[in-house]
Amino acid sequence: MKKLFALILALAMVLALAACGNSGTSGSSSGSSAPAETSSSGGAAGGTVKIGVFEPQTGDNGAGGKQEILGMQYANYVQPTVEIGGATYNVELEIVDNRTTAENGPSAAAELMNRGVSVVLGSYGSGVSMAGGAVFSEAGVPAIGVTCTNPQVTDTDVYFRICFTDPFQGTILANYAYKTLGVTTAYTLAMLGSDYDQGLVYYFSEAFKGLGGTVISEDFPEGTANFVSYINNAKAAGAGAIFAPVSTNYAQLIIEAASAQSFDGGLLGSDTWDNNMVAASTVGKDVDVVVSTFYQEGADPTFDANIKAWINSNADAKTNNGGNDIVSAVSVMGYDAYFVALEALKAAGSTEPSAVLQALPGVKYEGVSGVIEFLDSGDADRDIAYIKAANTTTGDWDFVTIQQVG
Amino acid sequence: MQGLLPYLINGVSVGGQYALIAIGYTLVYGILRLINFAHGDVFMVAGLIMVYSSATMPIYLSIPLVLVLTVILGFTIERAAYKPLRTAPRMSVMISAIGVSYLIQNLAFYFTGGLPQPVTNPIPWISDNVTLFGESTKRVTLVTPFLTVALVFALVYLINNTKIGMGMRAVSKDFETAQLMGIRINSVISMTFVIGSFLAAVGAMLYFTNYPSVAITSGGMPGLKAFVAAVFGGIGSIPGAVVGAFLIGISEELIKGLGYSTFSDAFTFALLIVVLCVKPTGLFGEKVTDKV
Amino acid sequence: MKKTNRETIITAAVLLVVLIGAFALDAALPSYHIAIKVVKKACVYSLVAVSMNLLNGFTGLFSLGQAGFMLLGAYSYAVLCIPVAKRAGVYQYFDGGLVQFSLPEIFSGVLGGTVGPVVGMLCALLVGGLIAALCAYLIGLPVLRLKSDYLAIATLGFAEILRAFFQWNALGPLTNGSNLLKNYPDLGGAAAYVILVGLFIAVILLLVNSTYGRAFMAIRDDEVAAEAMGINLAHHKRLAFIISSFFAGIGGGMLAMYMGTVQALSFKSAMTYEILLIVVMGGIGSITGSVLTSFLYIASLEWLLRGLDSGTFLGISSPIFKNGFRMAIVSVIIMVVVLFFRKGIMGDRELPDLFRKKAKKEEVSGNE
Repeated sequence: MKKLFALILALAMVLALAACGNSGTSGSSSGSSAPAETSSSGGAAGGTVKIGVFEPQTGDNGAGGKQEILGMQYANYVQPTVEIGGATYNVELEIVDNRTTAENGPSAAAELMNRGVSVVLGSYGSGVSMAGGAVFSEAGVPAIGVTCTNPQVTDTDVYFRICFTDPFQGTILANYAYKTLGVTTAYTLAMLGSDYDQGLVYYFSEAFKGLGGTVISEDFPEGTANFVSYINNAKAAGAGAIFAPVSTNYAQLIIEAASAQSFDGGLLGSDTWDNNMVAASTVGKDVDVVVSTFYQEGADPTFDANIKAWINSNADAKTNNGGNDIVSAVSVMGYDAYFVALEALKAAGSTEPSAVLQALPGVKYEGVSGVIEFLDSGDADRDIAYIKAANTTTGDWDFVTIQQVG
Repeated sequence: MQGLLPYLINGVSVGGQYALIAIGYTLVYGILRLINFAHGDVFMVAGLIMVYSSATMPIYLSIPLVLVLTVILGFTIERAAYKPLRTAPRMSVMISAIGVSYLIQNLAFYFTGGLPQPVTNPIPWISDNVTLFGESTKRVTLVTPFLTVALVFALVYLINNTKIGMGMRAVSKDFETAQLMGIRINSVISMTFVIGSFLAAVGAMLYFTNYPSVAITSGGMPGLKAFVAAVFGGIGSIPGAVVGAFLIGISEELIKGLGYSTFSDAFTFALLIVVLCVKPTGLFGEKVTDKV
Repeated sequence: MKKTNRETIITAAVLLVVLIGAFALDAALPSYHIAIKVVKKACVYSLVAVSMNLLNGFTGLFSLGQAGFMLLGAYSYAVLCIPVAKRAGVYQYFDGGLVQFSLPEIFSGVLGGTVGPVVGMLCALLVGGLIAALCAYLIGLPVLRLKSDYLAIATLGFAEILRAFFQWNALGPLTNGSNLLKNYPDLGGAAAYVILVGLFIAVILLLVNSTYGRAFMAIRDDEVAAEAMGINLAHHKRLAFIISSFFAGIGGGMLAMYMGTVQALSFKSAMTYEILLIVVMGGIGSITGSVLTSFLYIASLEWLLRGLDSGTFLGISSPIFKNGFRMAIVSVIIMVVVLFFRKGIMGDRELPDLFRKKAKKEEVSGNE
């Protein structure tokens, strides 16, 4: 009996292996593992160029990752081909789920390398980007960070990014809290074990203290659902604002608790809070939610109208966008990242990852979210952030101001 | 920390939620000597069912539906995963429980697409804000402890004064003798799971009206802490589980209030280890001797 | 347990083929290829699963603290191996951190640039193992007196407490708080992992076949009887716990190497459950089973079954193949094994037993 079972299991494995081999060959022209081989077989007749999408679709950041992918898919729908070295290539998105957490990063990244991509986009969330970065660097495949803001992401020579970074975002929010909101005591809340949260809190605190304010910092363990005591701590400390750069799920919990405890200061969020679900969860509550982000709906009306039409015509896309057609900033960033990748491919004149890597630093592209140009560090040269506030009657985001450092 | 009151109110509320889960653990442990690792996940599934049912049907249908489906789930788990192992070593059953927990989480992951499911005000009245002694809080915070205590009294009555309750007591004292005395062990055990799941469903409804979303990992931490509460109170004892749950809920919130929130979870486990090493029978537990 | 020549030769041949296979993989494929990643991760899981089997399968102590000991090993390795020049970047919020040396660099100064780093990395692994063992000794003092499920939940609790400490910002200069540790070196390709893990498992195998191993098994089978036979229960239980934790620590260090980044958040109780289920599927009390299942489990999860998540599997496209289906299938298989094949794939047999079975069927039941 046992032997039979073992035999069946082994057989299943062999079959699965064969199937994987098959699907590999049918999917790409050469079917081999190394990225270089796949891409070189393209030829002048034009083949397929693969862009890897390294995003979370599940876990704490799943919702955000899906919206970012949405932007890339829309971009791929708008511009499905690219001219490389005189031949027209079809662009194919290879989407792999990195499940939000760092421990799944390397294998998801290796899977992308396996599929033979020329350049990688992603990820939403900095920790997993760093974990994947090691693999990309090993393979020499360039990666374009879309909304990962931790400064360390671009430490690897293959990682670039099109968004602003935490030192910038933390400072912007500290300035906004101190100067515009007139808050002198801020309370920060971050999840234990999250790079992104802790990094932003660090830069926010530095900047806020530099302005002369007081900061009280606390951490909560993963899986916390009851934030009432934290809100009480903030009230007890006399905090005028709570800064909590946490993932979307916790953001909603914090809003809920702040409303239940009638916290009357502002709730400051970072780019992760810029999500329809967060805005929707403020409806009917007495809270002031202010976030900093990359883009505000309305900045480019034609783009907005087109992407809305696409979202509304595509049921899957609408579900992934949280069931409505509000244009999320991360979708816009995903859209821009796709076009930056195309520019790099054009400039490289080849689908070879190493050529794309060389071409990438010289790319200049005017995207929907602004002009994208890379500094020597691999970071984008960005000096503005959008500040927006949640509208507690409609559940939308209202534009507040464009904030600049200095 | 200033103003103890808001922390106490919140602690009592959290404790009430733990208590409803802890009873499920303590009942099952009392009878099967099994840490039912899947109980926290049953709690999570109840939350998910509530999310889906309250979105599609009126409240007087959705609440009974949550209760019935959760009870069926608990019953099925026992029949499918624990009953076949009744004669196997205790460790196998516990592994099976861990396997079930793993399975439920992965299935829930598959069906929800791995995203937290938003809770949209399923039971309107109890999630309103109220003011108590000048501190604002939600009505559910006040309702939970009372409902918990009422359910516990009902349960204690059931165990002390009904035939099935007597069966449960007999089975928990001695498995084999009870069988010889003509008690149908399987139906008694199933009943235990039915009651445990029912309370988990009630707990889930109270718990998740407080929070905006149900994630597939939502059951894990409350489940573990409820288990600690059950051990703390003396596993097998229902009043013990309830007292333990309230104590843990309150001390956890006080620790957060004192500014040691990094260790609010760690404290619960430290407490568990101290209790296990110093007084393994907990506050109200009976001494169980190992037979050779 | 005397083995005939034939079994020994076949076993040695199988092991040799595995080793040659690993070298061939390294030579044929680029280092980031998924097959190499799978072999590396499976090696690490094999070691950890075997260490857990030593405790749960051979000694009968049901501990769920594996993730905690792995955490200790992983952090020790990472902290000791990050190059000094990169520390300022890694410990960006803690002024470059407290530890200002790197074992691979120290050893490469003494032993030269080729041997030195490897010796340094191995030393860091051993230090990780020793720290885990020391911690196991301390934890064991109170908890080893507890019985089966209480022991399980107490060790689980300890792992969670450890995790909270590692994320505590006050210890940031050492552990980097909640932030990733990275930029430390990796030992090498698949073959390096196979050799290293093979050596450690061989040590465990020798231990299991020694008088200590027999004492462990006697405790598992009947504590009271074992004590009556003159086995010092407390001493042997502690020994098994410490040795198992030592290897779990080393396994953790190797996991850190494989992952390239370390974060305390990864070492959750879910990791322990995963390893426990591997041990159970392989057969409680079979080292071969643990190793085999580790490879099957990691290969199917990370590679072969990925199609179940992305829409097309075995050439079949279906809307039910969406995200999460892979894990759902794997957990169903686990439940089937737990319920209907209670002895797992291997029962308590080892590799040589497989070849013996063909020759003489009756003898198997008499052995072990």
